[in-house]
Amino acid sequence: MGHYVVRRLLQAIPLMFIVSIVLFALVNLAPGGPLAGRGLSRTMRPEQAAMLKHQFGLDKPICVQYLYWLIGNDWTRPIGENPKPNAGIFSAIVACLDPRSYLNSDSPGVGKGIIRGDFGISFRTRKPVIDTIGSYLKNTVYLMSVTLFIVAILAIPVGVLSAVKQYSIFDISVTTLSFIGQAIPEFWLGLILILVFYGLLKNPLNGEPLLPGGGMYTLGIGFSLIDWTKHLILPVTMGVVGWVTWYSRFLRSSMLDVIHQDYIRTARAKGLKERNVLFKHALRNALLPLVTIFALDLPYIFAGSLYVEILFSWPGMGRLYYQAALDRDYPLLMAILTLGTVVVILSNLLADVVYARLDPRIHYD
Amino acid sequence: MTDTALRLSKPETMRSLIWRRFRRHPGAIMGCIVLGCIIVAVTLAGLSPYDPVKSNLIERYQPPSISHPMGTDALGRDLLTRVLYGGRVSLAVGFSVMVITLVIGVPVGAIAGYFGGRVDNILMRITDAALALPSLLVLILLSAILREVDAPFLKSNPVLTIAAVIGLLSWMFVARLVRASYLTIREMDYVTATRALGANSLRIIAVHIFPNAIGPVIVEATLEVAYAILEESGLSYLGFGIQPPTPSWGNLLSNAQDHMIKYPWLAIFPGLMIFLSVISINYIGDGLRDAFDPYKVLQKIGDV
Repeated sequence: MGHYVVRRLLQAIPLMFIVSIVLFALVNLAPGGPLAGRGLSRTMRPEQAAMLKHQFGLDKPICVQYLYWLIGNDWTRPIGENPKPNAGIFSAIVACLDPRSYLNSDSPGVGKGIIRGDFGISFRTRKPVIDTIGSYLKNTVYLMSVTLFIVAILAIPVGVLSAVKQYSIFDISVTTLSFIGQAIPEFWLGLILILVFYGLLKNPLNGEPLLPGGGMYTLGIGFSLIDWTKHLILPVTMGVVGWVTWYSRFLRSSMLDVIHQDYIRTARAKGLKERNVLFKHALRNALLPLVTIFALDLPYIFAGSLYVEILFSWPGMGRLYYQAALDRDYPLLMAILTLGTVVVILSNLLADVVYARLDPRIHYD
Repeated sequence: MTDTALRLSKPETMRSLIWRRFRRHPGAIMGCIVLGCIIVAVTLAGLSPYDPVKSNLIERYQPPSISHPMGTDALGRDLLTRVLYGGRVSLAVGFSVMVITLVIGVPVGAIAGYFGGRVDNILMRITDAALALPSLLVLILLSAILREVDAPFLKSNPVLTIAAVIGLLSWMFVARLVRASYLTIREMDYVTATRALGANSLRIIAVHIFPNAIGPVIVEATLEVAYAILEESGLSYLGFGIQPPTPSWGNLLSNAQDHMIKYPWLAIFPGLMIFLSVISINYIGDGLRDAFDPYKVLQKIGDV
C-alpha cells in the first residue's frame, strides 16, 4: 500500500509539471495582459507601463518567466558580480534563453519559485499571494465544512430510508426531488433564495429583511453567533441542495445493493434490532462506494462554492479567483490554478487509497 | 413464463427492444414532451411581434401581462421574446458541446481501447492530464481570455466558441467510457472472426465494434447536453460567456440580478427555462440508461 501511494505520488509529479506548463502558457499568452485588466489604470503613460512590465518581469520571454515562476529568480544577479560557484549552470541556462534579461536585471530577484512554496507577489495588491490565499481559503473551508456537515446529516437518513422503503411514496418523492435538485442551476437557486428571504420576507419585529443577502457577518457589531449563523443559512442552503440530492440518490442505490445480501439476513435472524441492522451493518458497507465518490467530488465541491461566494459576496477562494480573472492578476491566478490541480490529483489518489483501505478485497501492487 | 417464451420465439431487433423499454419510463416520455415543446417554441421565436434586441423605453419594467407574458426588462424589451431567442443560444451551446465531446472522445477512446499498448498509454496520459485540470477554473480563464481575443471568427460565432471551450474540457469522460467498451468488445469472438475474414482495423473499429459500444455513449452524450447548458448559463451569468445584447439564459439572469427584488420576473423566468430543459434532458438520459442497461434485460427475463 505504502509503495502504491509513493508510486502514485511520483507519477503525479510529471503530470503536475505538464499541467503547470499548459496553465502558465494559457494565462500568460492571453492578449491584453495584466496591464489591460481592470486593476490598473487605463490612462497609463507608455513609460509607466514599460516600467511596470519590467517590475513584474513581464518583459522577459515566456520560458524565462515560467522558469522564474517555477524555481524563483533569487539566483540571478546583476552583471559584474561574480557568479556563485554553484549557480553557474542556472545562470548559463538563463543566459542562453535570454541574454538581455541577464544583462539588464538591475537587482537580484527575490522570488523563490513555486517549488519552494513561493507563489509570488500579487500584481494588484503587491502583497505575497500566499498570504491573500491563506485568509480567503479559511473562509471557503468554513463555508464548505458547514455545507458538507449539513449534506451528511441530511443525505444519510434520506438515502437509507428511501432504500428501505423502496417504491414507497417517500422514496418516489425523494427520487423526484433529487431530479429537481440536480437540475436547478445553482446560482439561480441562490437568486431565488435572496429574492424570497431577503427581498420578500421581512422580520415581523423590525421590518428588516428576514435573512441577510450577503457577507459573512454584519460589520461593526462584533462577533455574535446568531449573526454569523444568519449569514450562513442562505449560502449553505444554496450549496446543500445539489449535493444532498446527489448523495442521497447514490446512497439509496448502494443501500439497495447491500440490504439484499445474506449477512443482513443473518443479522436480522440473530434478532438484532432493525435500527442496528440498517445503520450499523448495512450502512457501513453502503457508504464504501460513497466515500470514493466523495473524494472524486472534492474538486467539484470546491469549484461549486465559486457561485455561492460570488452571489453572497463571501470572501472565499472562488470570489478571489473570479476577481483575479477579471484583474488578470497572473501570480494569483496561477497560484489558485496550481492549488486546484493539486486538489484534483490528490483527491483522485485519495479516492483510490481510501477505497483500498476500507475494502480489504481491493489490492494494489 | 409464456411471455418469455413468446418473446424468445419472435426475435426482436435491438432497436425496437430499446425503444419499447424507453417508452415505459414515464419521466423520459415527459422529458421528451417538455424538451420538444421548448425546442419548438425556441425555433418559432421569430414569430414574436417584438424585437429581442431593440429597446422600447416607454415599456420599461412591465410586469407579466397578456401582451408581455413574462414582462419586460430594463430597456422595455419583451422578456418572453428574449428568453426564446436566448433559448436558441443556450440549446445550441448544449448540442454543440455534445457533438464536440463525441467528435473528440469517441475516436480517442476507440483507438486507445482497440489498439491498447503504447497507443493506449499515450492517449490515456493525455486524458489524465486533461482530467487533472480544475475544470471550472480553467473554463472561466479560457472564456475570460477568449472574450478579449480580437479574432473576427470568434466574435461572430460566440456559440461555437463557448461550446468549444466547454467541449475541450469534457470529452475525457466519453473517451474513458468508449475505451472501456472497446477493451471488452475487442476480445469477443466475433471480432476475431471479422479480423480473420480480412477486415482492417479501421473497419472493425467503426463498423463492427461501434454499434455495440454505443449504448453508454448515448446516455453520457445526452447528459452532456444538460451539463453544458448549466455550464454555459453559469459562465454567462458570471459575464464570461455569451455577451449581451445577444441574449442567453445565463446572461439574462446576470442582467436581472441588480433589480431582482423590485422586478422579480426578470430573474424567475430565464432560470425556470434552464431548469425545465435540464430536468427534461436528465430524465431522458435516465430513461436511455435504463433502456440500454443489459442488467435490466436480464432482470426482466428473470422476473417473468
